[in-house]
Formats: sequence, structure tokens, C-alpha cells
Amino acid sequence: MMAQIQKEDRYNLAPKKFNMWIFIFTSFMFFAALTSGFIVYVGGSKAHGINIKLPDAFMYSTGVILLSSITMFLASNAAKALDRGKQQFYLMATIFLGVAFFIIQLSAWSYMIKNGVYFSNPNASQSFIYVFTGMHLLHIFAGLLLLANTLWRSTRSIEQVKNLYSVQMSSIFWHFVDIIWIYLYVFLLLNQ
Amino acid sequence: MSTLTVHDHVVSHHEEDHGHHKATFLNTYVFSMDHKMIAKQFLITGIAMAFIAMMLSILFRIQLAYPDKAFPLMETLLGRFAPGGRLDSNFYLALVTIHGTIMVFFVLTAGLSGTFANLLIPLQLGVRDMASPFMNMLSYWFFFIACGIMLSSFFIQKGPASGGWTIYPPLSALPKAMPGSGLGMTLWLISMIFFIASQLMAGINYVSTILNMRTKGMDLWKMPLSVWALFLTAVLGVLSFPVLVAGVVLLVFDRSFGTSFYLSEIVLNSSQVQPFEGGSPILFQHLFWFLGHPEVYIVIMPAMGISSEVMSVNSRKPIFGYHAMVYSLIGITVLSFIVWGHHMFVTGMNPFLGGVFMITTLIIAVPSAVKTFNWLATLWRGNIRFTSAMLFAIGMVSFFISGGLTGIFLGNAALDINLHDTYFVVAHFHLVMGSAAIFGMLAGVYHWFPKMFGRMMNERLGYLHFWLTFIGAYLVFFPMHFMGLDGVPRRYYAFTEFESMKQWLSVNTFITWAAIMSALAQLAFLFNFVHSIFWGKKAPQNPWNANTLEWTTPVEHIHGNWPGEIPTVYRWPYDYSKPGAEHDFIPQTTPLSETMSSNLPHDFEDNPIGLEEHSKWTSTQKSNEEVK
Repeated sequence: MMAQIQKEDRYNLAPKKFNMWIFIFTSFMFFAALTSGFIVYVGGSKAHGINIKLPDAFMYSTGVILLSSITMFLASNAAKALDRGKQQFYLMATIFLGVAFFIIQLSAWSYMIKNGVYFSNPNASQSFIYVFTGMHLLHIFAGLLLLANTLWRSTRSIEQVKNLYSVQMSSIFWHFVDIIWIYLYVFLLLNQ
Repeated sequence: MSTLTVHDHVVSHHEEDHGHHKATFLNTYVFSMDHKMIAKQFLITGIAMAFIAMMLSILFRIQLAYPDKAFPLMETLLGRFAPGGRLDSNFYLALVTIHGTIMVFFVLTAGLSGTFANLLIPLQLGVRDMASPFMNMLSYWFFFIACGIMLSSFFIQKGPASGGWTIYPPLSALPKAMPGSGLGMTLWLISMIFFIASQLMAGINYVSTILNMRTKGMDLWKMPLSVWALFLTAVLGVLSFPVLVAGVVLLVFDRSFGTSFYLSEIVLNSSQVQPFEGGSPILFQHLFWFLGHPEVYIVIMPAMGISSEVMSVNSRKPIFGYHAMVYSLIGITVLSFIVWGHHMFVTGMNPFLGGVFMITTLIIAVPSAVKTFNWLATLWRGNIRFTSAMLFAIGMVSFFISGGLTGIFLGNAALDINLHDTYFVVAHFHLVMGSAAIFGMLAGVYHWFPKMFGRMMNERLGYLHFWLTFIGAYLVFFPMHFMGLDGVPRRYYAFTEFESMKQWLSVNTFITWAAIMSALAQLAFLFNFVHSIFWGKKAPQNPWNANTLEWTTPVEHIHGNWPGEIPTVYRWPYDYSKPGAEHDFIPQTTPLSETMSSNLPHDFEDNPIGLEEHSKWTSTQKSNEEVK
């Protein structure tokens, strides 16, 4: 009886997946708060505002992260089709694109610093760009860890249920960080 | 019922249960993933924190009552924080700050929700454990670390954070602004980050468990109000705590990275020009109160749910207006997100915006009043049993009414100009969310103590505890209204320094003695609590004759809660004193087919077959009557 309860527990994956969805809500609230803070700050004075052209790198990084969403989608399709090899290939592609995104964002920072737009800045609207991208990069980093974990688990012979579960968890999260970046980029463009 | 299968099973379950990991002291009592143990951990940590915060309040109450007197004992106890036996003024501010922080966050958020959500959600909904027991365990340990860090700030050179529990910049953003803005503030922020992480993990788990794992038959409208309240509280926490994180992240950047989100042109000590420009301290207030206001409902809603449950059980009556109770909770949840501006009426807010926030604030009075009237109507002509839990639940309603009434004054943008930051505010929130929430929590402790520890608490000590605390709390907080109306500001160190406020010294002395009395009354609770855990009377399975599922579990705790199958639920949880029933309570696990004599047509909504059977049964009854 008790062994059965434990078995139930172990495969009780739907509520755990639901946990991920709720976490996404909390994360969304976090970014909503930051962007609302930006609006309140900019509304405070005419001198406040981004007042610079956003680095082109953001455009490239947007392309890269969109691409990574596609590879992520292909990975979860492969997982559903029980094709571990293909799944691993696309997971690696996603991780590679994620790392590329990370590097491009950092290059955007260095571009901004070269042009005299510092984080520690009397115009906090410009500091906000760093906060948005920095906090988003933290999420990207978490997503990469999640993806790496999924990849590592899929190389070991775990049951399909668990494999699919872990692919789905990282896929939900990865698509979410993708969408958040698009939200932030559009938000910045509209306030440029 | 299969739920009550014989006890010899239990032993064998235990062995199988821990087939994978042996039951060691460490994984049973310390790093436990069992929701019942985590609930107890939250409760005991919460009680410890409450006693610490209460002692802090007694310290600053002594300062307020005797501002010019030296107490050598204070110096012995507090050392450099009370030089010459008089409380240091900076330390006074630290005491106020940490008292508020611990009470609001550590006791009434984590201690209250953490305890009862962990205990009641799985037990009342028929679940073996939380959605993610591991996250649940992590949530407790993050909370524990947060407590440790918060308390550790008493042991550093400059003392704990002292900018008030709302940590408004610039006091919180400039490490040199005052002694409490330095390392103490840093520790406060670190502790809070652990705390928020803990609350988010806990809240996510609660929501997911409630929405996904209820037992068969337990639809949302059959959930006890306690679970409804805990559910909506968790939703509030999940949506509002991330906003505080955003506010705190920007604050940390201002403190340590030289940004100017909240800071504008500032000169420290009349000579040190600070490099900040153009920031807005009001921005922090917006972000803080967007969490801060839902936070007060995070504090009060579990207390409301617990009181509803306790009052229904002990009035032996169904809760009055179950649907209205749920909808008013939902109303409070939604409205709580659009009223934060009423904390900021005097920040130079656009008067039109102030008007909007005033209206939304006053609208919250509607669901609150619905709840109050429903509680009173539940008591009305009930067959009331004055257990300790019942007394505390009634006390909760009393405080909620008397504290809620002053909220109507404070929510008014024009009146608030006079009342803002006076003792009127202190009186208001200590009654409506402080005392009311702690009474709700105590009601829960007295009511579910038999479920948690398998023993009963002493009723006589409970009565003593209730009356002393109830009278004491009113004696402490009621006079504060008058001080506030006279314009006495909160957080001041010594009123004897001001000619116009000197006259309030006698009132302050009175309040302090009332506070000391209430504090001593808590010893009755502490003794009762600890003594009953070990030597209390053994509890029967269902000591209060209640309907909810938690009382169908065995008294001995087992992992998985029910030894056999999880019981199925057939009815709502409030079938008390139903006319025609054999007993004055019908547990949720009793099918309608076993209670033909007490069934009513509305028990068969959405159940045409049942309704047909019911009318068949009543008509045969009638014809039998005629034969007689």
C-alpha cells in the first residue's frame, strides 16, 4: 500500500509542472514591477528617459533567442517521438544559442559603456536598461542550468515519463524567458 | 469506511514507507518533507519569533513610559544599547523596526500561513502530501535562515536596521545615513530575500496542491473556508512578493552600486555631498506598498478562514453565507491590489489619484463587512461551545470590527492629512491586523493542537490566556486612538521633549503596564503549549465533532495521512445541526444515501438522479405517515 503511495508520488508530475507555471507568474510579476517602476520614474521629470539609441546587439540577440525557441520546440517534439539522439542534438543547439545570447547581451553592455552610458548614472532610465537585461540574464542563466540538467538526464537511461517531464519543464521555462526578452525589448524600443 | 482501517496496518506501513530512506532523527524532525512536521516547524519557529518580537516591544514601551528614568538592569541586559540604563535613541528605532518586521513577516505571514497551510491543505482536501514536498522543506529552511540572519543583526556593532519596517529610502539606501542604515540594513535585506524565496516556494506549492490534488468529490465549492482563505492568501503572496523583490533589487543597486533609482540630491552631515541625482524615493514607496498592502491581507485572510471554521464548528451551525464568504474573500483579494496608494496620500500625490485610491479603499469595507455580518449571523442562536479556540475566534471578530472602523477614517484622503503617521494609525493596524490576526492564529493553535500533537490543551489556562490577552490588547491599543487624534506622531523616542505632548506621558505609562500584563499572559500560553505537547490529555480522533476531513485521519501521524484509501467527499463541510439528522454533525465523508432523513432538495443540485431518489423517499415517508 505505502509503496504504491510512493509510486503515486513519484509520478505525480502534473502538479509539479503546474508549479512551474505559477513560478512563471511570479517571474512575470517581477518584470512587470521593474517596467512599472521605469514608467513611474520617467513620468517624474522631463529630463528622464532613455535618450540614447539602443545597441544593435539587442536586435541580434533577439534573433538568436527566437531561433533557440525553435530548437527547443524541435527538442520537445523529438522527445515526444522517443528520438533521444535528435532530442539531445536540439537541446545542445538550444544551449549553444542560449550561451550566444548571453555573450551578445554582454557585448551590448560593453558597447553602452564605451559610449558613456554607465550603470551608475544620474539618469536612472539608463541604469534601468542594465537592470532589465541583467535580471533577464539571471533568468537565462537559470534556464541554461535547467537545459543542461535535462540534457545530462537524457544521456542516462531514465524512463520516458521522466525524460518528457524534464524536457517539458525546461521548455516551458525557456519559452518564457524568450517571451520576457521580447517584452523587455519592445518596451525599451517604445520608450526610446 | 476504509479510511478507518485497523491500526495494526500502521506499523507495517511505517516499515514499508521508509524502505528507501530509514527514518532517522534528521529526516523525521529536521529535514522532514512531511507536511505535518513542516507545519509544526513553522509553528514553533513562529511562536519563538513572536516571543522575541514581543519582548522587543516591551523594551520600547518601557522607554515610552519612563523616558527620563534609568534602569541599571537594562544596561546589564543590553550593554552598549542602553548606556547608563537608558535606552539608546538609535536602538529604540531599531527595536521598533525589528518588532514590526518580525511580527508582520516572520510571525503573521510565515508563522500563520506556513503552519496552517501546511497542516490543513493536505489534511482538509484529502491529499497525501504537497505537490512538491522537497520545495516545501526548502521553504521552511529558507525561512529559518531568514530568521537567523534577522536576529543576528542584534549582535553587530551598530545594531539592527532602524529605518522602520517599511525601509523607505533614503534611510535604507545610504549606508551612512544613521547607525541602523549600515550593516544592519544589509542584513535586513539579505534576510528578506531569503524570506521572500521561502514564501514564494511555499505559496507556489499551496496553489498547485489545492488546484491539482484534491480528493474525489472535493470540488472547489466543497472546500472548507479555511482552505479557501489559505488558497487566496497564497495567490496574493505569489503575485505581490515578486514586486517587493524588484523594489529591493533597485534598493541594493542604490546602496552598493551607486545608481540613483531612489536617491536624488542629498547632503549628509551638512558637508558630504552625495553623488546621486534625479532619483525618486516615492518610486520605492509605490513598489513597496504594491506588496505592502496585499501583505496585510496575507496576514488577515488566513485568520479569517480559521475563525470561520472554528466558529461554525463551535456554534454547531453551518457557516452563514458560505458563498458570500468565498466571494468576499475573492473580492478582498482583487481589491487589495488597487488600494496601495492610501499609504501615500501625503507624498504629494495628485489629489485626483488620491480620490481614486480613497474610493477603492472604501470599497474594501464592503466585503469586510459581509464577512463580519456572516460571522455574527453564524453565532446567532447557535448552540455555542465556549472552547478556548472559539473564544479566540470571537476575539478575532471583535478586533476586526473595532480596528476596521478606524480604517474608514484613515482611508479618507482628506482626514489622512491629520492622522497620517500618528498613533491613530498604530492603534488601527495593531487592532485590525495585529491583534485580529494573532487571535485567529491562536484560535487555530487551540483548535488544531489535537491534530498536530495528538493531545489536548488545557482549557482553563486557555481561558486565562484569552481574557488577559483580550482585555490587555484593548487597554494597550484603544488609548492610542486619542493620542493620534491629538497629533502624537509614531516612532518618536521621548514625548517629554515636546511641550504639547507631555500630557500623554501618563497614558503611555498606563499602556506600558497593560502591555506588560498582556505579555505575562502569554506565559500561560507558552506553558500550556509546551506542557500539553508532552503531558496533555490524549486526544480522541475527532475531539470537536467536526465535519472536515482532517479528523478522519488517525491520531498517530503517518506518512501519507490516511492508512488506506483517501476518503471520498460527498457533501460540504458545514452540515452541523441539520434537521432530521441523527447527530448534530455529518462528516464530509458521509454519503447522502446514509442520511435520507436529513437530506434537503437543494442537496441535489446538479444531481437529478439523487433528487429523484430523494423525492421518492420523501413521498414513501409521507404515505407511511398517512397509514399510521
